[in-house]
Amino acid sequence: MTDPMKPGLPDPFRAGIAGGWTVVDASALERDLVLEADVAIVGTGAGGGTAAEILAQAGLRVILVEEGPLRTSRDFRMLEAEAYPDLYQESAARRTRDKAITIMQGRCVGGGTTVNWTSSFRTPGATLAYWARVYGLDGFSADALAPYFARMEAKLSIAPWEMAPNANNETLARGAAKIGIPAAAIRRNVKACWNLGYCGMGCPTNAKQSMLVTTLPAALERGATLVTRARAQAFGIERDRVGTLTCAAMDALGVHPTPRTITVRARAFVASGGAIGTPALLLRSRVPDPHGVIGKRTFLHPVVVSVARMPERVAAFAGAPQTVYSDHFLDTLPPDGPIGFKLEAPPIHPILGAITVPNYGAQHAQWMRELPNLQVVIALMRDGFHPDSPGGTVALRDDGTPVLDYPLTPYVWEGARRAFRAMAEIQFAAGATRVMPVHGDGAGYARWSDARSAIDGFALAPLSTPVVSAHVMGGCPLGDDPKGAVVDTAGRCHHLANLYVFDGSLFPTSIGANPQLSIYGIVAKLADGLATTLSAGMAGARRA
Amino acid sequence: MTTRRTFLVVGLAGGAALAAAYWLRAKRERGPVSAANAALAELDPEAPGILAAIIPVFLNGALPADPVDRAAAVAETVGSIARAVSGLPPSVQKELGELFSLLSLAPTRIAVARVASPWAEAGPDAIAAFLERWRTSRWRLLHSAYDALHQLVLAAWYGNPRAWAAIGYEGPPAHVS
Repeated sequence: MTDPMKPGLPDPFRAGIAGGWTVVDASALERDLVLEADVAIVGTGAGGGTAAEILAQAGLRVILVEEGPLRTSRDFRMLEAEAYPDLYQESAARRTRDKAITIMQGRCVGGGTTVNWTSSFRTPGATLAYWARVYGLDGFSADALAPYFARMEAKLSIAPWEMAPNANNETLARGAAKIGIPAAAIRRNVKACWNLGYCGMGCPTNAKQSMLVTTLPAALERGATLVTRARAQAFGIERDRVGTLTCAAMDALGVHPTPRTITVRARAFVASGGAIGTPALLLRSRVPDPHGVIGKRTFLHPVVVSVARMPERVAAFAGAPQTVYSDHFLDTLPPDGPIGFKLEAPPIHPILGAITVPNYGAQHAQWMRELPNLQVVIALMRDGFHPDSPGGTVALRDDGTPVLDYPLTPYVWEGARRAFRAMAEIQFAAGATRVMPVHGDGAGYARWSDARSAIDGFALAPLSTPVVSAHVMGGCPLGDDPKGAVVDTAGRCHHLANLYVFDGSLFPTSIGANPQLSIYGIVAKLADGLATTLSAGMAGARRA
Repeated sequence: MTTRRTFLVVGLAGGAALAAAYWLRAKRERGPVSAANAALAELDPEAPGILAAIIPVFLNGALPADPVDRAAAVAETVGSIARAVSGLPPSVQKELGELFSLLSLAPTRIAVARVASPWAEAGPDAIAAFLERWRTSRWRLLHSAYDALHQLVLAAWYGNPRAWAAIGYEGPPAHVS
C-alpha cells in the first residue's frame, strides 16, 4: 500500500493493518476492554519490541500496550512542530523535578527507536567488566553477550555508515584529528538510508530499522495484539504473582485519560516502559520493595553542549545526524575515576537550535541567523560508576505520573567543565570563528584562549548551565542480590514470580554509549530465557 | 550574601504567591477568547495578552519588520504556544497556569515580576528588564519560569515556516513529503 501523499514510498505497517494485524487505538474505545494472553508487554520500544518478536515466535500469545500513538512513515513529515508533541514524552520537554535537565524520550509505537538518531554501539567492554566486578554480573560479559549483539545487529542491519559524514560530523572528526585524539565512524541501524537527517522526527522512508519496521511487524504477523494510547496504570498483585494489568485509555492527544479501561490477564507480565515509566509503574503497583531500590540509581548520561560558528556552510540539519564519535575522554579514564564523556554531534533543526541557544532578543537572533554555519558538539557523561555519582530517583506525583529527581553533583560539574574545554578546543582546531559553550548568557568567544579562561571561570550550576539527556537508564537494576537489585539475572522481579523487566531500566549503571544496542542485546538474551520458561510451562500444562 | 536560609524563605514565599495567584485566577471574569487560544486562556484569561507583550521582546531581531507581518507573526506565535500547551501533561499545564496567574495579577506582577504597568502598556525596556532579572535570578523558581517562557516562545516561532527564510533553513526536503 502506498500513501497518496508519498507516491512510490510503501508504508508496510499500514499495509500490515490492512492485511489483518490486530491493532487497537484505545482513544477510540467506546467500552472497557478485557484481554487475555500468555504475555503482556508494557511498552513497544527497544525492550518491548525485541521481547515481543522473540515471545511471539516462540508461539506465545502476546499483547503489547503502548501509551503513545501509532504513527508510521506516512505521518512523518519531518516537521519538529508536529513530531515533538506527537512522538515524545511531554512534548520533548520532560524535565527533572528541579527543571535543571531536559529529557528527550520517545512516546509512540516503537518508543525511542522511532525517534533516535540511529547510533549503534555494543555495550563497552569497560562497562561490562565493571558490572562483573562490582555487581557479579558474570553472565553479561562481552563474550557472553556477543551472540545476542550479533543477532540483533543482523536483524536491524546495523553496519558501518559508508557515506561521507555530513559537515557537522566531519568537523568533529577534523577537530579531533587536529588535537591528536581518535575519532571513529558510528554504526547505524539503517537500510537504504536516504541521508536526509530527520531521524529524530520519525523516518519518512522506513530506512531506519526501528522496532516500527522490524520486530513489531514480526510479532503482529505472528498474531500479537497491539493496543495504543493505553497508559499502563498498575499491576494487580495476587499473593506472589501479578494477575492483571490495568490500563487507562488516553484521549487522542495523549494528555488526559478517558473513562475507558483496558484490563489484561496473562501468565507473565513484562515491563518495558523505559527507565522512568517502568519504575513508576512498579511504584504505582506497590510491587514489594523491602530494600527500597525501585526507581533509585536512575542515570541520564548528562549532556552539555558547545555551539561553534564555522566560516563555511555546515547545514547540520541535513544528512545522517550522528556518524562520528570520539571516546578519547572515556577510554583514558577508568569508569570509576573522574567522570568520562563521549563526544558526538547532534542534528540542528530550527526548534532544537532555538531552544538550545541561551538568551533572547538580538543576541539570540544573531546566532539563529547563522544557523547554516553552526556546528554543535555534545558531551555525554558516563554517570553511575563513582560513589559521587549515585544518579537520580524516580518518584510519583500526586496524580501518579512520574517525576525524576536528579541532583547534579560537583562530580558531574567537574566533568562538564572538562567537556566544555575539550569541545571548544576541538571546534577551534577545526577552524571555528566563534565558540559558545552553552552556559549563562550564551556568550561566544573568538579565540581558544579566551574561551578557555571563560570556561575555567564559569559558575557551573543547575539552570544556569543547561543540561540535557536522551538516554534514561537504570532504576530497576538486575542482579542476584535483592538488597541492590529489583530483578534477578533472568530479568524476573525478586519478589513476584511472573513479573519481568526488559528495558534500559535493567542497567546497574549508565552504559557509556548510546544505549539502544545494549537494550536489544540484553533483552534478546532475557526474552530467550522467558520464552523457554513459558513454553516449558505450556508443555507441562498439556501433559497434565 | 544570600544564605541558604534566606533562599529557602524566599522560595517558600514564592511558592505561596504562585499558589495564591493561581487560586485567585478562578475568581476572575473570563473575557472572550479565540478558539485557537482556548488552551492558554484556560491556564489564565490573561495568558494570551501577556505572551503577546513578551514575544516581541524575546524575538527582537527575529520578527519581520513590516508591522502587518509582525503582528501576524506574534499572533501565530501565541497560537502555536496555545497548541503546545494543550499537548502538555496536566501537571505541567498546572505549573504554567500558576506562572501566568502570577504574571497577570497586579500585586504579584508588581511584587514578583516587578513590572509596574499592565502588560499591554509595559514598554519593551520594562519587559526586557523583567526577562533579564528572571534569567539571572538566583531564585530557582524564577529562573526556571524564565526557561519555560524561553522554550515556549522560541519553539513556537522557529517551528513556524515563516521564520525559516531569515535563518537560511529551507525546510524539509520536498521530494520526500
